[in-house]
Amino acid sequence: MYARPRSIEEALDALSGGDALALSGGTDIFPAHVGRTITRRIVDVSAVQGLRGIAFDGAVYRIGGSTTWSDIQAAHLPLAFDGLKSAAREVGSVQIQNRGTIAGNLCNASPAADGIPPLLTLDAGVELRSVRGSRVIPLSTFVTGYRKTALAADEILTAVIVKAQPSHARSSFVKLGARRYLVISILMAAARIERDHHGRISHAAIAIGAASPVAQRMSLLECDLIGLDQGVAPSSLVASRHVEALTPIDDVRATAAYRLEAAITIVGAALDLAAGVPVRG
Amino acid sequence: MADTISFTLNGSRVACAISPMARLSDVLRHEIGATGTKSGCDAGDCGACSVLIDGDIACACLVPVAQAEGTHVVTIEGLPRHSKMGERLQRAFLARGAAQCGICTPGMLVAAAALLEREPAPTRDMIADALGGVLCRCTGYTRIIAAVADAASGNIAELIAPGAGSAVGAAIPRLDGQPKIDGTEAFGADAIPKDALWLRAIRSPFHRAGFVLGDGTAFLASNPQIVRILTAADIPGRNLFGAIPAFADQPVFAIGETRFRGEAVAAVVGPRAAIEALDLSSFPVTWQELPAILLPQQALAADAHQLHANRPGNILVKGRVARGDAEAALASAAVTVEGHFETGFVEHAYIEPEAGWARRVGGRIEITVSTQSPYLDRDDTAAILGLAPEAVRIIPSACGGGFGSKLDLSVQPFVAVAAWVTGRPCAMVYSRPESIQSTTKRHPASMRSRMAATRDGDLIAMDFEGDFNTGAYSSWGPTVANRVPVHASGPYVVPHYRAQSRAILTNCVPAGAFRGFGVPQTVIAQEQMLDMLAEKIGFDALEFRIRNALTDGTPTVTGQVMGDGVGIRECLVALRFDWLRARKDARNFNLANRRLRRGVGVAGMFYGCGNTSLPNPSTIRFGLKPDGRLSLHQGAVDIGQGSNTVIAQIAADAVGLPLALIDLVSADTDLTPDCGKSSASRQTFVTGKAAERAGLALRHAMLRLANAGPDAAIEIAHGKLLVQEPATIRAVQLDRQPLDRHGYVLCAEESFDPPTSPLDANGQGSPYAVYGFGAHLAEVEVDMTLGTVKVLQIVAAHDVGRAINPNLIEGQIEGGVAQGIGMALMEEFTPGRGENLHDYLIPTIGDVPPIRSILVERPSSVGPFGAKGVGEQVLIPTAPAILNAIYNASGARITRTPATPDRVRAAIRALESL
Repeated sequence: MYARPRSIEEALDALSGGDALALSGGTDIFPAHVGRTITRRIVDVSAVQGLRGIAFDGAVYRIGGSTTWSDIQAAHLPLAFDGLKSAAREVGSVQIQNRGTIAGNLCNASPAADGIPPLLTLDAGVELRSVRGSRVIPLSTFVTGYRKTALAADEILTAVIVKAQPSHARSSFVKLGARRYLVISILMAAARIERDHHGRISHAAIAIGAASPVAQRMSLLECDLIGLDQGVAPSSLVASRHVEALTPIDDVRATAAYRLEAAITIVGAALDLAAGVPVRG
Repeated sequence: MADTISFTLNGSRVACAISPMARLSDVLRHEIGATGTKSGCDAGDCGACSVLIDGDIACACLVPVAQAEGTHVVTIEGLPRHSKMGERLQRAFLARGAAQCGICTPGMLVAAAALLEREPAPTRDMIADALGGVLCRCTGYTRIIAAVADAASGNIAELIAPGAGSAVGAAIPRLDGQPKIDGTEAFGADAIPKDALWLRAIRSPFHRAGFVLGDGTAFLASNPQIVRILTAADIPGRNLFGAIPAFADQPVFAIGETRFRGEAVAAVVGPRAAIEALDLSSFPVTWQELPAILLPQQALAADAHQLHANRPGNILVKGRVARGDAEAALASAAVTVEGHFETGFVEHAYIEPEAGWARRVGGRIEITVSTQSPYLDRDDTAAILGLAPEAVRIIPSACGGGFGSKLDLSVQPFVAVAAWVTGRPCAMVYSRPESIQSTTKRHPASMRSRMAATRDGDLIAMDFEGDFNTGAYSSWGPTVANRVPVHASGPYVVPHYRAQSRAILTNCVPAGAFRGFGVPQTVIAQEQMLDMLAEKIGFDALEFRIRNALTDGTPTVTGQVMGDGVGIRECLVALRFDWLRARKDARNFNLANRRLRRGVGVAGMFYGCGNTSLPNPSTIRFGLKPDGRLSLHQGAVDIGQGSNTVIAQIAADAVGLPLALIDLVSADTDLTPDCGKSSASRQTFVTGKAAERAGLALRHAMLRLANAGPDAAIEIAHGKLLVQEPATIRAVQLDRQPLDRHGYVLCAEESFDPPTSPLDANGQGSPYAVYGFGAHLAEVEVDMTLGTVKVLQIVAAHDVGRAINPNLIEGQIEGGVAQGIGMALMEEFTPGRGENLHDYLIPTIGDVPPIRSILVERPSSVGPFGAKGVGEQVLIPTAPAILNAIYNASGARITRTPATPDRVRAAIRALESL
């Protein structure tokens, strides 16, 4: 009923039956079983060698699936990862950050997963392995719906892959919640901006979470921002047409109408933060 | 499946054969017996189970024990020896009063120790970041932050014991604090015998359902480890309970139909492991969901089903207070305002879920339980068992937060019946979802109010109607309905007044007592209406309140003239400086900002201490032991508020001997006389008065023993009572004196019941002997585009009569303010949704701003040393002060709490579209 393999091969073997659940930090699986025993077979991948840590080979960053949010905060990474680091500081509490992993956050696929928007802005891919082989797919296609992913029952998310980032790329993450700590987002937004040598925006990536079943990139806004001068606050460009594609819901945290309107502000705040513009008071 | 897992716990190697997926928290508590680590939610939401694993903090409830293999785990028990700053942190927490009930304290200390390991001189923000994962419901975090800073700097206050005659007024640390900071305190789930059977209840998944129990015999046959099923048929006495005996209407196990989601229909009893492993959905019961009433307006509809046959129209009780002619005064008034305000269910969210255990001792039953009301528990449980009250003994465990909900029965009848019928110790610990589903809440209120004033700024009339959703059973609904009309005026002179309240039955979880019994809801209406009125006549909101404040000589709306100790005016005046300063600060800030707007709000409060026009005596026994020490039988349950300390301080000064001579005998229905319930802000006042009387009586007895006059000085040294008069010293060797039946040389037993009078048909009379008064000022910042509200500071002025222990009072204020912030901004429970502590949000350490307390002392001639109660008072004005500040900042009047970002933004939007 429980296995704690030391190698990836053993782990893949243990999962190959397709009936087991991979566990690492336990920060989602245990809360889903309050007052209930866990009856699924568990493959605890937390001790698998090589799954934890961040490596850069000159071309790509490879963030091992068992890398914790605290690991990410402590890692030396280019400024383009500031949004991800900032999200890492907002996941639950220090207790959760110390054990919760990046793979767990992605595989749990909550619409309010803090890790997803910043990784979407980094055009991250995910490496999935099984005894059948290995594949890398974009994160944007990995999360397929509300708590649904493309992960096959025998696969492990072994790594998050991010291409080398230009040194001038800047990124940010903004979370809106009803309290300061330990809070599930009402909304969150991540932004990543590159500028040309005139200081104009040459590339923008924006993602918003908790406003649809799956966090989304905002491609219309990304296009509209291209060419924006350094002196202009990007938030001034964000308009309701940019958030029209979102499909938020009413829940205990906020109404859908509120989320749709607040999205404009949160996205603007994330962009201004990434652009180094002071947030307007 | 059991594996042998071994790890190092606080420096010692431990090994246990256990399922590898067992939660580390459960293994620590149940297998190893290290119960200093607390379980509050099993979901990583509360942080009470925080431990260090190889130096890093983790929620032990989220760690499969297999992951602990080979690691070094440090828990509260090992903190002094296995972390650099553990011992210092513990001393600082004790000295500062950072532990109130103590249930979160182990987690807080572990989190703080992890911080100080890597950051020896943390800033306030660093402390908040590090402790943000541990929830506290008592302290408001202020003293916790201060204690961590003290430990870091090494600047920890020395503990100085007050001498004879100087205990009252001394800001001493709590006398029962040591076990709370070293992890040895035994809460309801902490001292359960190893051989106890455990229970879990089968509860209704629907708001209302018919049900048929299936074949229990077959179920037991297929689950051979389950010892027993309990249903209504197993109740030896009456299958009925209720906090107020005359209204008792709640079955232990429902029969035929459940009236709310979470109501129990049966329970299973067996060894802990088997009970925990049981899939409760396999229990043989068939449910038929029935149409449910969730809102009062549905309950009042002509064709609504009747929840209880003896409550026609689904009205549990009505309350009314009338004085003068409100209708006529409103009709002819120069200035009137009206409003409609609504509040939601609020969950107590103590970090300790309900827990306890029982054992049968011959023809008696002993129940160790986390409770606020041992004698009510005893009497109600006795009726359920069909026993005389004296055959039930309630031994209150340490209580990890109560705030009103632990006045009601929860696990008591289940464990009592199980122990009675099986003859074995039986225990029950609620899960967090079970606690939220099935235990009482603050009543949602729908309040319509009209108020009138003259153009000169005198309040003249108020007409108030409040409907309170009391849920499926009575609980404290009648108390709320009766308190509300007495308090709906606030602490002001209102010559023409009419207030009517109704407690309305619905298929929701029962609403009961919650810090303030309905008054926190009414002030949300009344204090906002006062601001509306002041604005309309062009009066400053604070000066308007000062002008209309009650005085010693003016009547309340029940016609009561206090004669002394009415300190509301002083409280309001004490806020004047901050009011002017904060308004100016806000104006200046707003000149430079558009998106962020600051505002200032104020609200006042009064609150009657003790039961409303009903007897509520306390009795204190105070004995002189042959060894020269004093034994104080103090039956008021200390739920964190500090009665163990405050009552002892009063007793010490009344008897005139040093506090250090007193040994506490805390609440236990076999050992302590009845001190009533820890509610209604009555313990300092009522039990304190009984302690003052008992102290004086014991002193007189000592003087008599030495044949001395009333002015003699008393001292006890080396086992001798020394009584000194100007010319003589008499010494009595105490261990040579005859002993009474309690084993004392001398013993005094004194009672106090507050002098009140019944209310007449118009609610006129003296319902309380003493009121507490207070006023809060809130400074907030509103994000106009997001609707988010940040509280910047709270200044809280409270008239406590006499501050018996300023340290504990300030701790009460800070905790009350934090709950008020939660009520104002984030807390609302919707039955059936979010039965956990990540959807139901309470303030974290990052949500409570600096709080400044101002203690006003207008003594009451009735209270001990002039003291009044403070426990509930401190929560009441916070929410309306914040709501008034939101209006001041944004122009948006929030009439529905909590003021969540979406509601605030909607109110601002409505203004923008005007």
